[in-house]
Amino acid sequence: MTDVLLETRDLDVTFDIAKRGAMPWTRPDALQAVSKANLTVHRGETLGLVGESGSGKSTLARAIVGTVRPTGGRVLWKGRDITALKPAERRAHGRHVQMVFQDPLAALDPRMNVGQIIAEPLKTHRGDLDAKEQRRRVGEMMERVGLLPNLQNRYPHEFSGGQCQRIGIARALITEPELVICDEPVSALDVSVQAQVVNLLKGLQKDMGLSLMFIAHDLSVVRHISSRIDVLYLGRIVETGTAAEVTGAPKHPYTRALISSVPIPDPRLERTRHRPVLKGELPSPMDPPSGCVFRTRCPIARESCAEARPPLLEAAPGHCVACPFYEDAGAMGGAVSA
Amino acid sequence: MVVSHSQSAALTAAAPMGPPRSLWADARARFFRNRAAVGGLVVLGLVAGFAIFGPFVAQHSIEEINWSILGKVDDAGGPCFLSGPDNEIPPCSETGHWFGTDAQARDLFARTVQGTQISLMVGVVGALIAVLVGTIYGAVSGYFGGRLDNMMMRVVDVLMSVPYMFVLILLLVVFGRSILMLFIGIGLISWLDMARIARGQTLSLRSRDFIEAAIATGVHPFRIILRHIVPNLLGVVIVYATLLVPSMIIYESFISFLGLGVQEPLTSWGALINEGADQMRQGLWMLLIPLAFFVVSLFGFFFVGDGLRDALDPKDR
Amino acid sequence: MTEHLLSVRDLSVSFDTPDGTVSAVNGISLDLAKRDTLAIVGESGSGKTQLAFAMLGLLARNGRSEGSVRIEGQEILNLPEAKLNKVRAERVAMIFQDPMTSLNPYLKIGTQMAEVLQLHLGKSKRAAMEDAARMLDAVRIPDAKRRLGMYPHEFSGGMRQRIMIAMALLCRPALLIADEPTTALDVTVQAQIMELLTEVREEFGTAIILITHDLGIVAGSCERTMVMYGGRVMETGPTDKLFEAPSHPYTLGLLAAVPRLDIPQEDLLTIPGDPPDLLGLSGGCPFTPRCPLAHEPCPQRMPDLVSFDTDRKRACHAAREDVHR
Repeated sequence: MTDVLLETRDLDVTFDIAKRGAMPWTRPDALQAVSKANLTVHRGETLGLVGESGSGKSTLARAIVGTVRPTGGRVLWKGRDITALKPAERRAHGRHVQMVFQDPLAALDPRMNVGQIIAEPLKTHRGDLDAKEQRRRVGEMMERVGLLPNLQNRYPHEFSGGQCQRIGIARALITEPELVICDEPVSALDVSVQAQVVNLLKGLQKDMGLSLMFIAHDLSVVRHISSRIDVLYLGRIVETGTAAEVTGAPKHPYTRALISSVPIPDPRLERTRHRPVLKGELPSPMDPPSGCVFRTRCPIARESCAEARPPLLEAAPGHCVACPFYEDAGAMGGAVSA
Repeated sequence: MVVSHSQSAALTAAAPMGPPRSLWADARARFFRNRAAVGGLVVLGLVAGFAIFGPFVAQHSIEEINWSILGKVDDAGGPCFLSGPDNEIPPCSETGHWFGTDAQARDLFARTVQGTQISLMVGVVGALIAVLVGTIYGAVSGYFGGRLDNMMMRVVDVLMSVPYMFVLILLLVVFGRSILMLFIGIGLISWLDMARIARGQTLSLRSRDFIEAAIATGVHPFRIILRHIVPNLLGVVIVYATLLVPSMIIYESFISFLGLGVQEPLTSWGALINEGADQMRQGLWMLLIPLAFFVVSLFGFFFVGDGLRDALDPKDR
Repeated sequence: MTEHLLSVRDLSVSFDTPDGTVSAVNGISLDLAKRDTLAIVGESGSGKTQLAFAMLGLLARNGRSEGSVRIEGQEILNLPEAKLNKVRAERVAMIFQDPMTSLNPYLKIGTQMAEVLQLHLGKSKRAAMEDAARMLDAVRIPDAKRRLGMYPHEFSGGMRQRIMIAMALLCRPALLIADEPTTALDVTVQAQIMELLTEVREEFGTAIILITHDLGIVAGSCERTMVMYGGRVMETGPTDKLFEAPSHPYTLGLLAAVPRLDIPQEDLLTIPGDPPDLLGLSGGCPFTPRCPLAHEPCPQRMPDLVSFDTDRKRACHAAREDVHR
């Protein structure tokens, strides 16, 4: 597991937001979506990325696949900086990193049939294959994700949400990429179908030796598929560690709050559980709090938290937390026995 | 045992039934359920058939003057099916002037056929230029965005702010009146609105996931525009184009009405109506016949355009 | 429990589509007492939303509903629009998955809230505004007075859902129907909204029907649960018992599919297949194609909803002992 596939170093993504009614020459506001993010994906592992909407997790994913331009830092693919590549090289790199989207239907071109949709990455990167071979591979991949291969000439709107997500997964896997980034792949699906898709991804990962980056706001789903988890809050990674440690022995007060928000499908447990519900809302990323960005909602915040951004420090081997006072958080509960 | 974790479970799941249905097929079905639209389509088909097959049916050429009628057009130039004992109109078997003659005693049927050809051509060519140039221009501008978008749209703004009617009249006066000039003039302006519409649609398409998926895959930008953006624009574009055809026809008619359009002996609906209007008192048919074609065709286009909009965009109803 | 707040009898909903008639809901009955909480659980296509829409006369134009829906004894199904409006505003309120669809983006939220009160309770603008501010306070929106002057897009998703709840409660309805109120929200915000709904019930004595596909959020919030599939009731009963010993294979499958943080799970269990296509439903049990216990009578005949264990009901041909993990 020491084989590093992807690494980001101090990755920043800032969006310019034009002020309302502003003149063309006034300086736009800066929205810092991702701030100094360092993450690593090893070969064959699944990295879970957890955070609320607005935490910058999707932006981080898009900076890695290249649909959003990072404003600082580097994205290293097997040690090579891919943010500096020429456009054509960058496009060719798309073969190695593919993406699965949240809204299964919206991610498929409504005017194309399923065969065309899945074949598109092949057409782009494997021009050497003839049409027949492409069709054969598409059919094979459809079978692999649990779709009947004779449905190639169907259109996306004729499928259910879960089936559309399978089509999206087939498209992502057709070029045999090494890393697949799944951006909330199950949050738009029914619970029963969610489990199907999670299991499918897990199985495919094992069979094809894929690395996955699994993004979600629901820790319970992420835990099921990830070997390691990074927790993101307002564009900053606040905790990172193995899935078992992050969910079983969370350190950061935000992680604890996230865990306590996940409902347990057991009425008796649910009634007796101490649930410190996180108060308030995510602060605006245009004007983040000074120092530790979580301090405005943190139950153990103190004055010193406003001074400097807390560094990500190792609390246990391989388990890092961006909170110097995490030991105090033990009192707030939230962790559930795993 | 009650639940399984089979991965290929969906293989057994209900697959879509029946023949594959693309969005286009759905739209076609909706369109043909719309009676007004189908009626419009039939009318347009008849008018087009008239323009295509008319020349084979016509008994005279467009410039041939019937000397026996010249000089008494007011009395003898009417449509031959009105021929009777109480007027001087010769019967159809004798002259074949089904629509009568114009003021110069030329066969109005032949002239209407020819006018229809020109008018339809002007409308279709105008709309075609709009579809080709406007769609691509707008899609490119909207897709790339940023400075390129700014520049391209300012060009459109500048062209739009030119009083095109004035320019076109100048062009016609300076380079002489010809059909080619007319097409150039119409082509210059017809795509501007289309470019704006296409750009607006592209902007909203750009933020859709399937475009992002294509970008992330590494598909070449021009391929994305041609394979993803343009097909998804087509619905809007087609609707706008069908509504653009009549406005191009009206536009040409207006120029012809001013006497600056096609050159004699060629004619168009506008020119025919113009001539007919001059003869209104003596020969009402000269006005009514081309006018009927004009009005009926415009209605046809509007109904078809309306039907297409409903068919392609069912949410808007 | 003498007089039911809501009493639905044999409610059926069908839609005429170009591809044929779709029956979304088939003969559903349910009763709800004052202050009761009922969860209606099912996947997309189970008919749970159409059931609620039919009760409030909100069906799309090609929809038809039959049966009986009584609120405090008054029949409201297929009532004329004007009378329904009054019922909807004053006695039954509904909140939706996407709050933006029911808020007018061009009006300040204060104006929108006050309008409801002026129209239905005949209050003056001033009094209505004060009430609106008080209600925003009640749904824990800080700085309520100032927020009244803001537009819907200036609020976050969670805040908008709070505003929707506040608006729904303005006329003090006896029943609040919440259709997937937290599906579009983050887990943290979901927890806040669920807590708010519980508080609202205690404070205003409102009965609540919670429509959701997620059994997880039902556990902590509703006393009774009704599980729907393919437009029919599969099982209904007190939430505790239903979770502890599901009596229907579908309930069991739904429960097993919820990923849990509190206990280790190796692989997630799933219900194979996809939610049903309501177009081609036969007379049998709609769950048959996905049911591990399906046997010979299932595709032919829909099982009756049979009572057992005093307050539970189930509709399944399989023996109860066979339904277990």
